[in-house]
Amino acid sequence: MTTTAPIGAGTPADPPAARRTGGRDRAVLRRIRTTPSTGFVFVLPFLLVFGLFMVWPVVQGLWMSFTDTSLALRDTAFVGFDNYTEALGDPDVWSSLGNTVFFTAVSSVPLVLVALAMALLVHSGLAGQWAWRLAFFAPYLLPVTVVTLIWTWLYQPDLGLGNQLLTTLGLDSVGWLSDESVAMWSIAALTVWWTVGFNFLLYLAALQSLPSTFDEAAALDGAGAWRRLWSVTLPQLRRTTALVAMLQVLASLKVFDQIYILTKGGPNGSTRPVLEYVYDVGFTGYRLGYASAISYLFFALVIVVSLVQLRLFRQED
Amino acid sequence: MSATAPTVRARRRPPREAAGSPLLLGHGRLPRVLAGTALAVLAALWLVPFVWAIATSVQSEQDVSTPGLSPLKGAFTLDAYQQILERGNVAVWALNSFLIAGLVTLITVVVSTLAAYGFSRGTFRGRRALLAVTVAAIMVPPQLLVVPLFEQMLLFGLVDTYAAVILPQVVAPMMVFILKRFFDGIPRELEEAARIDGASEFRVFRSIVLPLSRPIVAAVAIFVFIGAWNNFMWPFIVTNDPGLMTLPVGLATVKDAYGIQYAQSMASALLAALPLIVVFLLFQRRIVNSVATTGLGGS
Repeated sequence: MTTTAPIGAGTPADPPAARRTGGRDRAVLRRIRTTPSTGFVFVLPFLLVFGLFMVWPVVQGLWMSFTDTSLALRDTAFVGFDNYTEALGDPDVWSSLGNTVFFTAVSSVPLVLVALAMALLVHSGLAGQWAWRLAFFAPYLLPVTVVTLIWTWLYQPDLGLGNQLLTTLGLDSVGWLSDESVAMWSIAALTVWWTVGFNFLLYLAALQSLPSTFDEAAALDGAGAWRRLWSVTLPQLRRTTALVAMLQVLASLKVFDQIYILTKGGPNGSTRPVLEYVYDVGFTGYRLGYASAISYLFFALVIVVSLVQLRLFRQED
Repeated sequence: MSATAPTVRARRRPPREAAGSPLLLGHGRLPRVLAGTALAVLAALWLVPFVWAIATSVQSEQDVSTPGLSPLKGAFTLDAYQQILERGNVAVWALNSFLIAGLVTLITVVVSTLAAYGFSRGTFRGRRALLAVTVAAIMVPPQLLVVPLFEQMLLFGLVDTYAAVILPQVVAPMMVFILKRFFDGIPRELEEAARIDGASEFRVFRSIVLPLSRPIVAAVAIFVFIGAWNNFMWPFIVTNDPGLMTLPVGLATVKDAYGIQYAQSMASALLAALPLIVVFLLFQRRIVNSVATTGLGGS
């Protein structure tokens, strides 16, 4: 019952020994004995909101995925795995999943590499640090609607900067958001501009905490700048790269907001990510049960991806 | 006085800002020029959308709709800003955003620091299991929760209230995890003396652990604030009353209603962007350092 040790105590309390010592220690012990669940009070408020607004909806969503819950009808029935088998045979699930994976691939790579390049350049000792930092990080501070407002204008078919540049150069206009083969690339470009600042800060912080001793030793040995970048600095950044890549893949898999506002998944479903399909099925098609099943399938995929990544990076270490 | 001040200031300022790692570029001139050029090109690319948006916002709708690459095609005018502000909603939305993001930040920071301390120093039964569940929750995509959360808000009768916007946002398992890792790193010896002197656990937390953790708490607060300020999907779903909307949600309705008015769209976008840019300018050193202290950066 009181097997729990008091907070911070090096050794478990020993009542007989304590009785021999002064009154203050006895008071401490009494307090410890009367609070067998030390620390629980601190966690309580969090557990309350966590239980209400995280565990409850997660469990309720899981339950809904086994029912035919609908926004239109209040009567629901348990349908077992029907939603899941239907989802696995639904071509829209697979195509939206494909779009999500494609977006993750084309956005994650530049989001890691450009961030690394930015951090290395800013860290290289050129003047004006705060200005560079602001330029690269500022877009990350913008709400998604602001970002999409600005880029809708840049991608505007006739007057937007993109097409005006192309036509000035004598090239053909591009249907940035209306051409099925281009739209996802346009969204990826917007996303890189918008969110690269966070990865940039992670790299910059890592660079600033690197010990300079290895770099100095290599310089004394006559290693040139490129050589030291390649053989000293980059290897030291490997753990940061692993972390940035992992966070980025998880973030990219969850893409929804900017696509929903910019294209609503169009043209012709070519940019619809799986989370938007969930939203469409649930709120437009009213099939909440089916929508939940798809989101739980997707959640399973996210977990598998993160486990694979964890294993990959652990092996590298 | 005025003659000496600049030189004194110049001499006193340590070369810290420019120091970075001069070794990285060596002592040659060429790598320095190349790196500078690359940096300038990248920064220009990142600033072009802002410049284009600002230029668009200070012209008349008519001038905006004449083709041409020059960013300023017509006379300078603040009409777009005036029209946006006269409609009055932007001020209400900004106030809502501040109120909501502020309250979310306050509640999240209090709840999360307490929980992190409990997880770090506590000995209660089930601590490890609860911590594991909390960490696992980091992976739950927020979109997964939208449908059941909405049903829950209907059940509580909270749809279209501040509470509905705020409450679900205060659950931040990632922040609890980051804070717990930081608290774990604080040597317990510092607290022993206070405990022997009979200080309560809360007293130890308030007077010893919290003051030592100021940078990480500030970092968490800043990131929670940015996240809450920019959150779109949840406030979009639980609010229909324009008087309750936050800036991102309100702007989406402006876009739908006035999508063709590019000068006004850009003006409202920039008005909405301004507060956080100012916050960043004020706290930028802290923000950058905070990333390092969250443990996300180094090691």
